[in-house]
Amino acid sequence: MNMTATKIEVETATPAATAAPVVALMPKRPPRTEAYARMVRETAVRVIPPLVVIALLTLIWELVCRRAGSALPPPSKVFKDTKELILDPFFDNGGIDKGLFWHLSASLQRVAFGYSLSAIAGIALGVLVGQSVWAMRGLDPLFQVLRTIPPLAWLPLSLAAFRDGQPSAIFVIFITSIWPIIINTAVGIRNIPQDYRNVAAVVQLNPLEFFAKIMIPAAAPYIFTGLRIGIGLSWLAIVAAEMLIGGVGIGFFIWDAWNSSHISEIILALFYVGIIGFVLDRLIAGLGKVVTRGTAQN
Amino acid sequence: MTAYLKLDHIDKVFTRGAATTEVLKDINLTIEEGEYVSIIGHSGCGKSTLLNIIAGLTRATTGGVLLENREVNSPGPDRAVVFQNHSLLPWLTVYENVKLGVDKVFAKTKSRAERDAWVMHNLSLVQMAHARDKRPSEISGGMKQRVGIARALAMEPKVLLLDEPFGALDALTRAHLQDSVMALHQKLGNTILMITHDVDEAVLLSDRIVMMTNGPSARIGEVLDVPLARPRKRLELATNAAYLKCRQRVLEFLYERHRFVEAA
Repeated sequence: MNMTATKIEVETATPAATAAPVVALMPKRPPRTEAYARMVRETAVRVIPPLVVIALLTLIWELVCRRAGSALPPPSKVFKDTKELILDPFFDNGGIDKGLFWHLSASLQRVAFGYSLSAIAGIALGVLVGQSVWAMRGLDPLFQVLRTIPPLAWLPLSLAAFRDGQPSAIFVIFITSIWPIIINTAVGIRNIPQDYRNVAAVVQLNPLEFFAKIMIPAAAPYIFTGLRIGIGLSWLAIVAAEMLIGGVGIGFFIWDAWNSSHISEIILALFYVGIIGFVLDRLIAGLGKVVTRGTAQN
Repeated sequence: MTAYLKLDHIDKVFTRGAATTEVLKDINLTIEEGEYVSIIGHSGCGKSTLLNIIAGLTRATTGGVLLENREVNSPGPDRAVVFQNHSLLPWLTVYENVKLGVDKVFAKTKSRAERDAWVMHNLSLVQMAHARDKRPSEISGGMKQRVGIARALAMEPKVLLLDEPFGALDALTRAHLQDSVMALHQKLGNTILMITHDVDEAVLLSDRIVMMTNGPSARIGEVLDVPLARPRKRLELATNAAYLKCRQRVLEFLYERHRFVEAA
């Protein structure tokens, strides 16, 4: 009885085994095109709705601003007026008569500099406030008051201190973006589980090793939240600050266009400001995702 | 009796503002080298506090801990802890988690290659060498605890402290891991102190069981020798008279003489 039962099993198993590779080979091709089709479908689902909305809004804008005497130009006129600026962003006629690329890159350089400083100082101060109760008691009220000061309110003071536009603009970016970095870092440090601290104590990590191996990775998700808010704020601040300090930069380009009544150029510049702000935000978010790969999963 | 690890008149009082709570009262215990001792008691009796004091993570209010006749009052790798919730660092791989301790402890005495081999050796001891490049989030709870044990073992501790090491695991995984720990103890001869609230676990693994009274002011109520030969087999012990008697003694202590009082 038993023997026959196993024999039947063996017999049925063998043909299945030989048939299996044939079956496995067959579907190799179709899934690939299927995967492409699915990718296209998924992209379409994400891309088409915003495109439709943009097209609709542009249409409304065109209809509203088309009639004579309208204060703002319709999109068709914006495009016609700024065609040269769009097609040749790299011209340089000296002074502030430069292509948009140079204005944007000047603004981005200021942001890169000011933001890097605030990231370093912000994380350092955040660690201090998060780690030490006394530092928190002493500094936190100060931070809470200072962070409510609008970015531009710092500008006259920094102009008085630095007597130059460039460092003043960088300082404004620094002072605007540092608060969310400090506060989020401090929260992250305070939320490090006691378990991790115990592990570090048993292994006898020194403070420097504890900082590098436990503190920073454990607080990384919080730190990156702060960094992401910070980059957004610094991009907000630079456009405003540049309007006042002048020189090369996208902020002053906008102000200059307003003074020359080139409304179409303002609209083009705003478009670029928005896109770059979006890209900066995504950049930091992407970086955060890579760095906090391990931590966030838990 | 050689006192390898000695708990000498340990009291622990927690103070919060004006209110003070005496958690541990006059704890005296001597543990020999190579001994496996369990501390059992109801939750809230301060057994975890006691383990933290031995580990140096908490200071005793009075009294102290002597390891090989030297007082220890700060944490160190000579008293490595296996934490209840594994406490692996989620951003490090299994290998890196074990290496963290090894790099610190053997920084001067082992070369880089030797440290690498030592990490892998300890991962093999707990059958986790295959998962060296996995992150903690990618392995099961039982596997995480194995890595936690490997991390502690790799520091070559004089005393291995286990803080309810199997508490968070399902019954089957727990039994499997208990057997592993028993085998390791047999093989390496470590001195082990384990906190548990599982009577079977205590009897199966230990040479002695320390039973604690309910808090506040928990004391050592009774110490029971477990006269069972090693290696022990779970299935054979199920009907062993000595095993059942030990089990009975612990159960009586916990559920008759020192029943858990809700209001406490």
